[in-house]
Amino acid sequence: MLSVKSILNIEDLSLEDIDLVLSNTDSFLEVLGRDLKKVPTLRGKTIINLFFEPSTRTKTSFELAAKRMNADLVNFSAPASSLKKGESIIDTVKTIIAMKVDLIIVRHPDSGAAKFIFIKTNIPVINAGDGKNEHPTQALLDLHTIKKRFKDFKKVKVAIVGDILNSRVARSNIKLFKKVGFDVSVVSPPMLLPENMDYFNVDIKNNIDDVIGEVDVIYMLRMQFERHNRELYPSVREYNEYLSLNMDRVSKMKKESIVMHPGPVNRGIEISEEVMNLSGKGSDRLLINTQVTYGVAVRMALLYLLLGQ
Amino acid sequence: MKEKTLKEKALILNEIDIDRVLKRISHEILERNKGSKNLVFIGIQKRGVPLAKRISKSIDDLEKSNIKVGKLDITFYRDDIGKKIKPEVEITDIPFEIVDKDIILVDDVLYTGRTIRASLDAIIDFGRPKSIQLVVLIDRGHRELPIRADYVGKNIPTSEDEFVDVKLKEVDSIDRVTICEKI
Repeated sequence: MLSVKSILNIEDLSLEDIDLVLSNTDSFLEVLGRDLKKVPTLRGKTIINLFFEPSTRTKTSFELAAKRMNADLVNFSAPASSLKKGESIIDTVKTIIAMKVDLIIVRHPDSGAAKFIFIKTNIPVINAGDGKNEHPTQALLDLHTIKKRFKDFKKVKVAIVGDILNSRVARSNIKLFKKVGFDVSVVSPPMLLPENMDYFNVDIKNNIDDVIGEVDVIYMLRMQFERHNRELYPSVREYNEYLSLNMDRVSKMKKESIVMHPGPVNRGIEISEEVMNLSGKGSDRLLINTQVTYGVAVRMALLYLLLGQ
Repeated sequence: MKEKTLKEKALILNEIDIDRVLKRISHEILERNKGSKNLVFIGIQKRGVPLAKRISKSIDDLEKSNIKVGKLDITFYRDDIGKKIKPEVEITDIPFEIVDKDIILVDDVLYTGRTIRASLDAIIDFGRPKSIQLVVLIDRGHRELPIRADYVGKNIPTSEDEFVDVKLKEVDSIDRVTICEKI
């Protein structure tokens, strides 16, 4: 049984919770490998996908996870809803309570929105990204991806590269990776680091070349153009010089090391076209699609554990 | 946890008894199916799996066959989600085709029949077998669904506040079946 009723952030999860989610994930992966990829586990449960911010991958992943387990899932996207007509978040939430849903999946541009909704409704909530704060399910699926790849996964060295300032994925992943004992460093120019970086207690580098030959996992963050004022931003040329993963840098990576990215990749910025187009043996270390597959299974495990308790 | 609140009342089967029962069932399966050609085994997690392996091994020895054994966890098919869940889901692994096969489904104890109901749903999701036959080591009565076993190790009338405790070497490092009282 999980020690939490909602998945809001990484801090609230105990190591036992994390183990439980990941061990169940393998059972759900088996279901996803069947010809008939559907089990009746959550029949009669109603889940709402409450997205106040555009998303394709995360939203689809949760939708598939719910449907593979026979839950009823309703999509509620802000642009298509009455939010545009000035309805406040609390009124939206009250409407949803009245609809008697069993679980709410929330993405919102404001940090803390998922927690707010959980407090107001007391319905289990999964945070699918709240502002710059957290994206815990992404971190859990990333951890699963790493765990499946490395036998001795406690000793894994990870570098998280890119825009830490605006990235909720970075916040959740740093916290989770530190929690399970990984050696975590970040690679980012000073203008893309938050002021409270000390809080995370990680090594900070400004150039990807400082870590590329040493780490087991190179985790490329998405450049969040939509969250930026252009002035603060490095140019594409600068980005390529200090942060991008290109063929030359891939050739310097350790033999068994892997490349991850939460998607969607800005080709030619975080990762070069040539690296993205690698095929055959060279592409083994690109786990971007594996992350997506595991994402569905991790979310199935979370839905199962939250709705079963 | 269970051990603390259970008091042992009677020994039902010891190691030798279990062995004899499984050998007898192996012969019954062969007799009913006229050999082992079309058989596959599926054990229900957790203790149905070692039982399935033992019976299929005993048939393999008699018939010089190589029967395939799968594992099934029925958690995803339970009808009581939300009331209580088993947090740790065991692996389901049926790495062979079941279409048109005679499936020997194996579990340790037959009680309400709800686990078997769930197993049937789960198996059908993998394909349409020719038949499904049920083996249980212990039938303790108290059925809540119209389900019966085709091969029974031992029928034991029990009261509802008793508990049939099956221990198998592969899981519990000892072979024995006892009736316990919940206290």
